[in-house]
Amino acid sequence: MTALPNRRDEAWRYSDIDAVAAAWPLPAPENIVVPAGGDFMRAIVQDAGDIHQIELVLGKGATASLHVLNIGGAYGRIELAVTLHEGADFNLGAAQIGGGEQNLEIVTTVTHAEPGATSRQMVRSVLGGTATGTYLGKVAVARDAQQTDSEQDVKAMLLDRSATANAKPELEIFADDVKCAHGCAIGELDAMSLYYLQSRGLPSAEAKKILLQAFVAGVFDGAEDEAHLRELALAKLGELV
Amino acid sequence: MLRIENLHATVADKPILKGLSLAINAGEIHAIMGPNGAGKSTLSYVLGGRPGYEVIEGSATFEGQDLLDMEPHERAAAGLFLGFQYPVEIPGVSNVQFLREALNAQRKARGQDPLSGGEFLKVAREKAGLLKMDMDMLKRPVNVGFSGGEKKRNEMVQMGILDPKLAILDETDSGLDIDALRTVGDGINAIMRRPDKAVLLITHYQRLLDYVQPDFVHVLAGGRIVKSGGPELALELEREGYAEIAA
Repeated sequence: MTALPNRRDEAWRYSDIDAVAAAWPLPAPENIVVPAGGDFMRAIVQDAGDIHQIELVLGKGATASLHVLNIGGAYGRIELAVTLHEGADFNLGAAQIGGGEQNLEIVTTVTHAEPGATSRQMVRSVLGGTATGTYLGKVAVARDAQQTDSEQDVKAMLLDRSATANAKPELEIFADDVKCAHGCAIGELDAMSLYYLQSRGLPSAEAKKILLQAFVAGVFDGAEDEAHLRELALAKLGELV
Repeated sequence: MLRIENLHATVADKPILKGLSLAINAGEIHAIMGPNGAGKSTLSYVLGGRPGYEVIEGSATFEGQDLLDMEPHERAAAGLFLGFQYPVEIPGVSNVQFLREALNAQRKARGQDPLSGGEFLKVAREKAGLLKMDMDMLKRPVNVGFSGGEKKRNEMVQMGILDPKLAILDETDSGLDIDALRTVGDGINAIMRRPDKAVLLITHYQRLLDYVQPDFVHVLAGGRIVKSGGPELALELEREGYAEIAA
């Protein structure tokens, strides 16, 4: 992309354009190629208000597992463009946790270019204050990419009525023998669960933290530095409750 | 221990409790019985501090402290336990993990040292054994996939671990088969029948009272206690029905 995006660009519709302009021009996206049969793993922690752009290509039968924690800065964006060749397997587990006036985004395009590839995306957002959290996830299946199996599991939790969650799973399918699942839910903490925990002696903030921890649990399963990611997420949740 | 005077409470602006008074001393077991809609569960939630249950008149003190002025977790730390009629399922949160945090939060509020993981598990194992509950179940997410009876036993295990001074048990007997009823009754006796503790049993039926003998029985109807007596009152209710007694 050479020109500064504006809100008419679908992929930048909810972005903080001023923050993007301040960072413009963006450095070239990071390019990662996982060769046929290769195995790749990476954890990305966005804690300073950065824009990360990554282009990831998985060769035949390759696997990649990305774990994302998007928590820092006034505006933080993680953008992934993933291309899957035959039989490749891509897994994304992401949490974005924001409060105050933070604007956090995860934008993914997963292209199943050839047959038999699988992709799983699990995204959890927790938002308080007047924060905005956005997930835009496009899965594109090419004409020949039969037996594609893809899944998007997207949930957001709003801690305050003033917070905003945007979630848009999007499918563009040109093959006819594919399985593409997508689910999306936005909600609030369950009042009865909260009261139940409080009635056992947990102060409100602790009770909320436990419920939120359970809400984001799972996204870091299998990550290389699973315990560290959980710890960072928990500390950030502690700031919000 | 617990002193309720002229309590009036509303739920969604609808008056439910209309001048309820009740005193419970240490060492006593009280049973409140009454028809559907009498305000039994409302009483337990008002005492437990559930949001949305509003007290508009009257008072409730627990060991001399104004109970109604305390947050739910402060009531727990002061020694109050509420056994839920419908225990909540909380996916992703392990029973033992949250109970240990809850117990240690209570201990902290009382100025006591926290229990270590090992110390806590020892207590948990003992109380689970008392209620014939498998330790593996206690490690599972809170009440998820539990049968009605297992949920109620889990409430009693929690009560055993948290070791309250006063337990308010809201229809703990509902949903239990005969064997589970006996186990739960034995559990209540083992944990709570002590000179420094007290229990308020809220129930529809006499059957739990066969296992947990109350010292006093009260009939709640129309938001007030309309009759009080000894254990014989429960038998009388069972025989005659509420309509006759509450009239």
